[in-house]
Amino acid sequence: MTPRQVRLSTTPGPAEIAALSLGDIVYLDGLLYTAREGVYRRALEERSPIPIELPGDSATNFHCSPAATIRKDGSYEMGAVTATASFRFAKWLPEWMARTGAKLVIGKGGMTSKDYNEYFVPNGAVYLSTVGYGTGALLGRGIENVEAVHWQEELGLAQALWVIRCRGMGPFIVASNLDGECLFERENAKIAENVARVYAGTKPAVLKRFGEIDDRADEVI
Amino acid sequence: MIKTDQIHSTACDLMSKAAIEIPEDYHDGLERAAATEDGSLASFVLQAMLENYAVAKEDGRAMCGDTGVPRWFVKLGNDSRIEGGMCALETALRRATAEATNGVPLRPNRVHPLWRTDHNNNVGIGAPEIEYAFEPEGDWVDLITVHKGGLFGTDYRMLFPADGIQGVRRFYLDSLLAFGKRGLACQPAIVGIGLGGSKDTCMTLGKRASTLRVVGSRNPDPRIAELEDSFRELGNSIGMGAMGFAGKHMVIDCHIEVGYCHTGGLPMSVHAFCLSSRRAVARLFPGGRVEHRVDPDWFTPYQRRETVDWPFEREGSEQEAAE
Repeated sequence: MTPRQVRLSTTPGPAEIAALSLGDIVYLDGLLYTAREGVYRRALEERSPIPIELPGDSATNFHCSPAATIRKDGSYEMGAVTATASFRFAKWLPEWMARTGAKLVIGKGGMTSKDYNEYFVPNGAVYLSTVGYGTGALLGRGIENVEAVHWQEELGLAQALWVIRCRGMGPFIVASNLDGECLFERENAKIAENVARVYAGTKPAVLKRFGEIDDRADEVI
Repeated sequence: MIKTDQIHSTACDLMSKAAIEIPEDYHDGLERAAATEDGSLASFVLQAMLENYAVAKEDGRAMCGDTGVPRWFVKLGNDSRIEGGMCALETALRRATAEATNGVPLRPNRVHPLWRTDHNNNVGIGAPEIEYAFEPEGDWVDLITVHKGGLFGTDYRMLFPADGIQGVRRFYLDSLLAFGKRGLACQPAIVGIGLGGSKDTCMTLGKRASTLRVVGSRNPDPRIAELEDSFRELGNSIGMGAMGFAGKHMVIDCHIEVGYCHTGGLPMSVHAFCLSSRRAVARLFPGGRVEHRVDPDWFTPYQRRETVDWPFEREGSEQEAAE
């Protein structure tokens, strides 16, 4: 069965977001921006004014560092783009979404259904996962123009805030919905059925680790 | 004498080749996996990856936006001589890494661990790593670059003889499940396992097993080769595919390398080389000839030797070749 394919704006309306189902394949049109720990820290912890108008300019936050360079004449060259794992940004995302009105968060691996229920659903937002990972060259083809790059002096190229105009950029996979369901957790549940079978015949390691023993007053043997 | 200019220009070629072109052995392995994957989402992902490889090559773009952490493996024939000496070679490799980062472009991934300083060129303290090996014959130099992903899919554990093969199997499964969910390991991957050595060499062995051996290669010890086959099948029987979606393909191949370890221990490392298994290899000869090839051919009989002396004397091996 081939998944359903959808064309979506980077400033989507509530009806368009509500129509998305887990596993749909999405291609994006419009402006998106990259923001990850560097941008979150600077904007939220150091309170630096965000250099673009959000969500007016874009409601799509890509957890991405592009393979890109700034040419000597000041223009940009962006080859490939792929996402970085999003779970590490859960610390900043609730405040970021509240401040910026982001409706689409794109990244690698998704968040937990707890995250989706706590701050995605109340913000009317869903999570899109990149594919692979990663289809960097395919996504690179979807870039129409690099409109701006902010904070590259302060954060370096990888952590800077890149503003990208995209056309038909994809594929992305819808990994959460407005019911707070999580595509990856659904798939984990399918795989969980097999775990006992593949582990059959093995025993826990002789030397334990903290984590396998949660009481730090305990010992690992 | 091998010229520094030639080392530099070949290194630049290898940097962009590694980032843009999927190695043939991995590509073919993934194509075989895609042909039999029946999970609908996992299957979509593999088809998208195959399309991505084609687009990367056509456009001359990096396959993946995360272009990994560039490193170098240098192997020298015992008779090779480098113009300017080994420090000149290291400078040439560092320069090529920096230039390719801005030229291809690659993502400037390397930062200071504490101060997060980014030189925007993938060069810094200890970066790129340059590792060496030697072969008893030859006046050539092999340059191998690997741009492995840097965050997920790798783990280490000190096991003990009491844990045995079942313990090895269990830690292998632990690593696949821990990093395979949500596709953090960017599977299906070439999974490398290091067994033995000291703690640090155990990690090195596993990393080299995943990055410096081609899909389909087998350890010359038949019992280890059997283990490689069975671990490949085991990984693919979890029911987990690309991105952690239900599917049949998690491991494109499994490679195991061993080193002698402390008599009381059985250290183990697991490494996953991702969907954009970035590696590129070339041999440079004095006089300027450069031969590109797919197989790093790192683990030669000499690298895996067990004896005090290398058994073949120089004259002996020439004689053998003549016969």
